[in-house]
Amino acid sequence: MPELLEVHDISVSYADLQTLWDISLEIKKGELVVLVGPNGAGKTTLLRSIAGLDRPSTGSILFDGEPIHTIPAHRIVERGIILVPEGRRLFKSMTVLENLEIGAYNQRARPEKNTTLQGIFEMFPILAERQQQTAGMLSGGQQQMLAVGRALMGLPRLLLLDEPSLGLAPLVVESIFATLQKINSAGVSVMVVEQNVHVVLELANRAYIMEQGRIVGQGTGVELLTDQNVREAYLGYLPETPQP
Amino acid sequence: MTLNTILQTLIFGVFVGSIYGIVAVGLGLVFGVMGILNVAHGDLLMVGGYVGFWLVTLTGIDPFLSLIIVGPLMFLMGIALNRLLYRRIIRFEGETKLKNSLLISFGLVLILQQVATLLWTGDERTIQTANAGKSLMLGGLVFPYTRLANLGIGLLIIVLLHLFLHRTYFGKALRATAEDWEAAILAGIDIQRVYMVAFSLGTALAGIAGTLVAVNYGLGPTIGLSWTLKALIVVVLAGTGSVTGAFPAGILLGVIEAISALAIDPAYREVVGLVLFMLILLLRPQGLFGKAERGLA
Repeated sequence: MPELLEVHDISVSYADLQTLWDISLEIKKGELVVLVGPNGAGKTTLLRSIAGLDRPSTGSILFDGEPIHTIPAHRIVERGIILVPEGRRLFKSMTVLENLEIGAYNQRARPEKNTTLQGIFEMFPILAERQQQTAGMLSGGQQQMLAVGRALMGLPRLLLLDEPSLGLAPLVVESIFATLQKINSAGVSVMVVEQNVHVVLELANRAYIMEQGRIVGQGTGVELLTDQNVREAYLGYLPETPQP
Repeated sequence: MTLNTILQTLIFGVFVGSIYGIVAVGLGLVFGVMGILNVAHGDLLMVGGYVGFWLVTLTGIDPFLSLIIVGPLMFLMGIALNRLLYRRIIRFEGETKLKNSLLISFGLVLILQQVATLLWTGDERTIQTANAGKSLMLGGLVFPYTRLANLGIGLLIIVLLHLFLHRTYFGKALRATAEDWEAAILAGIDIQRVYMVAFSLGTALAGIAGTLVAVNYGLGPTIGLSWTLKALIVVVLAGTGSVTGAFPAGILLGVIEAISALAIDPAYREVVGLVLFMLILLLRPQGLFGKAERGLA
């Protein structure tokens, strides 16, 4: 399969503090890739760099083989990389429908706006029901649906999600992941940062592990699920004590 | 003091207030979308007043009709100023951006005042209208035609602006950017373009207000600061997120000033606005029409 996204040796610094060190990774068309690691590992910064909100000081990011680390972030959206940011960042004073409309603002998605909207209302009927309410009135789970819906309105080819399950009830988390799988099987490549490592590794084609601004491991979801170090660090399994 | 005097005072308060409203809507739009405080807003009003004055003087066009030209001309000036000055500070974070905008726009105040003095001297000028002095009499009350026109233009502007912000795609992008510029970028919005339009619209509104000021009051190179102050009071009164709310708040300020002039003394007219400003900040910092959360209404 061809590479959709290629990240080559990028480093990112805020003021004097370097947060990413020589990160390289790739995502193939149709893949669902997970990024795991402790807080402060740089996962959010990595997603923001791909989306163009943070700029790498060295290295390059290619999408479809073309460099995107030098073009404005709203143009990256137009190419098809869409980030659902940490904390959802909805336009809370605007209606549900307006949030979705704004999601289709980029030139590529705009002509398809009405068709896409119908699809999203089918996927999340509750959003259709509440389309005239302000986004701030929705429950946490509905807000996450709206955040995903707004991103889908932009017709993503690569969807980036930063902790989509944060602060949601377990049942809601399940439905969010089911949705992600549905989106992925419809042909959208997905990269997700997630704390619910166990659930997400089962869904993932591949996973990267980050620590202190570096990628320290990678493998298929199943490989990592059975890897002893990963189990200890992220899945809460105690090392098996040798039997006497 | 008869009932007629009181009613007449209220009516004139509404007329004055409709100009306050137009000035404040422009300032509030720029503040709400860009997060910068443009203290040169009143001086852009002054420049717009001169543009209107010369248009009327040189071409003999009707002052109210001249607004159709003053608006776009000032919009172009807004584009230039945004490019030259304000665009450079927009990438800073909240408070740094606000402080830098104060410095830059204060510098602009000094430049605009000097240039206006050099070009047009310090003489006070007014625009004469065809209907100056003519009034509509209704039940013993006086409604001067030029003042009625202020109110009508103010209402028209506010309706158009509301439709623009709520019905057009670009207007929605503007509101989205005001609420969360980073989320707006992630939705594919070119926020530099949004900032350019917001600033230029604000400048155009200042220019339109300036022409109305030249018709109703008078024009001089130093009138800017007092209009900025009025606009600031009104924006705080309305709530900083409430762009269209600035118009009724402007009318409210006009009425309160008029009543205070009647009830206390005309000398305290300016003081009343400032006292109101402090009271609002103390008691209801989100303003009359503002909401606690960030956003543009």
